[in-house]
Amino acid sequence: MEVLDIIKPENQVFCKTKLLTDATLSYCPGCGHGTAHSLTMEVVEEMGIVEDTIGVAPVGCSVLAYDFMNIDMTQAAHGRAPAVATAIARLWPDKYVFTYQGDGDLAAIGTAETIHACNRGEDIVIIFINNGIYGMTGGQMAPTTLEGMMTSTSPFGREAKTMGLPIKMTELIANLPGVFYATRQAVHTHKHARKAKKAIRKAFENTRLKKGISFIEIVSNCNSGWKMTPNEANKWMEEHMFPYFPLGDIKVNGKLK
Amino acid sequence: MSELKLMKGNEALAEATIRAGADAYFGYPITPQSEVIEYLMSERPEKRTGMVVLQAESELAAINMVYGAASTGKKVMTSSSSPGISLKLEGISYLAGAELPAVIVNVVRGGPGLGTIQPSQADYFQSVKGGGHGDYHLYVLAPSSVQEMADFVEDAFDIAFKYRTPVLILSDGLIGQMMEKVVLKDQQERLTDEEVIKRYDTWATTGKTNRERNIITSLDLVPEKMEARVHKLMAKYKKMAEEDLRYEKIECDDAEYLFVAYGSSARIAQKAVELGRAKGIKVGLLRPITLFPYPKQQLFELADQVKGILSVELSAGQMVEDVKLAVEHKVPVEHFGRTGGIIHTPEEVLEALEQKIIKNGSIRHHKTRESSIL
Repeated sequence: MEVLDIIKPENQVFCKTKLLTDATLSYCPGCGHGTAHSLTMEVVEEMGIVEDTIGVAPVGCSVLAYDFMNIDMTQAAHGRAPAVATAIARLWPDKYVFTYQGDGDLAAIGTAETIHACNRGEDIVIIFINNGIYGMTGGQMAPTTLEGMMTSTSPFGREAKTMGLPIKMTELIANLPGVFYATRQAVHTHKHARKAKKAIRKAFENTRLKKGISFIEIVSNCNSGWKMTPNEANKWMEEHMFPYFPLGDIKVNGKLK
Repeated sequence: MSELKLMKGNEALAEATIRAGADAYFGYPITPQSEVIEYLMSERPEKRTGMVVLQAESELAAINMVYGAASTGKKVMTSSSSPGISLKLEGISYLAGAELPAVIVNVVRGGPGLGTIQPSQADYFQSVKGGGHGDYHLYVLAPSSVQEMADFVEDAFDIAFKYRTPVLILSDGLIGQMMEKVVLKDQQERLTDEEVIKRYDTWATTGKTNRERNIITSLDLVPEKMEARVHKLMAKYKKMAEEDLRYEKIECDDAEYLFVAYGSSARIAQKAVELGRAKGIKVGLLRPITLFPYPKQQLFELADQVKGILSVELSAGQMVEDVKLAVEHKVPVEHFGRTGGIIHTPEEVLEALEQKIIKNGSIRHHKTRESSIL
């Protein structure tokens, strides 16, 4: 039997969400962004809230998120997505507003916007992809780059004395009273992706409670930037990233774990 | 009901913003315009009209809140003063590139750097020549009275939505801080969410219904698309010049000499016109009300009539460059203006006309060029 004979509607057991477009992903093979996009869009589809969802895209690898997510989206200046989302959520309080940001965007240039949106307790979802490097600009050091990690702007490894240690953004913002939910997830295995999706769903549902920010960090890979194969990158992530950025809930329903 | 009140320029602007049916204001305090957000906060606009007013953590956040609100078709404003506007310029460039309607107010103080909190008009270049990065312009309105601080709010919103473009109200510390009588217009109803969606569904990101998704971005990685975007902006600016140029001519019919001045300097130059005419000098004033588009053709034509032109502004000489470009060397053009927060008197302005233009009137171009440095 040919493969084409098997591809029939009655044989279909799974398909990608309608909220992902057919555009070719601009991400490198092995990158976690595609999965994180899918999970987010699956949640929006399953909750039946596409008409009420407004996304804010960052600057970074996911700058073109609006090419892939089939929803209304606004592309923000570098780091300013939480400010952009603040205004949208204030003016459209019945909508589901989320930002999708990388580590350079959220934890370096946009630190002030992140912290103050969290502190005000805006009713938005922040999805924060932490892969410890600047992917789009070609592998420079990020605020979350691990100590000793080599990047194009820390060619001899990140040195704590001169470059500081990687910033734990989720722990930092979890201490602000405006944050209702803070969790750290991963998407590199089915098991992790399923957990991450539950977290994303919880975050979107939380925005209806009007109790503040839901903040989901996804520790992800950057095999191109890390100069590894996808499998090597995932293994390296588990061995090096997870010990420094441990997975799990940090704050749930406004209470620190 | 329209009302007659005695108000500060900044307060009149704030009250007019509520009455224009604005949906939101995002700002950050800075002298000499903090009264705008102070007034808005004390007026409880969320109760009066449902308008959102939020003090942002910085000018950067404020302008990006404006970007967010504007991307959903809402009527939104921010205000600041010179150093704060410098911070907002990245966001302003994004607003222009993404073709979003918004009103930005600059109550100018002296610079560069932290400069002074006193009035100045030294942000002319920043306002009309782009300011931020890339090929764009703002539609720039220059109020010269407290009444215009109020009136220009509605005009600015109209232009912002007509062209889907950011509009700048370029005021200064003098107009912002001084008190005058002002007639305030009636309260306009804010659009409901349903009306916003109905009106702007072709582009605003209000949630994807049974249509293609709407995307707000200023990014085009395909060069031909990016060039087309720039050309589209340029076509808007051309249309603005054809349809929405504004200026005022004062005592120009028989003028032999001409002042060109905007904003607070126009008020001072208008008094200098009176003083000059009392002395028998036939001098008039061209007041550009829009600084972009600029009344180039009007100046070009007036240059056939007058013997010389004095550009008067509270700067070391910025607008004078546009006057010279418009006049195309037909007659001598000179600059006069004080800086550092000093406001020139009408007597000084008239004296500058007599010294720089009337006395030196016979000495033409080469002399003009030498002295144009300062």
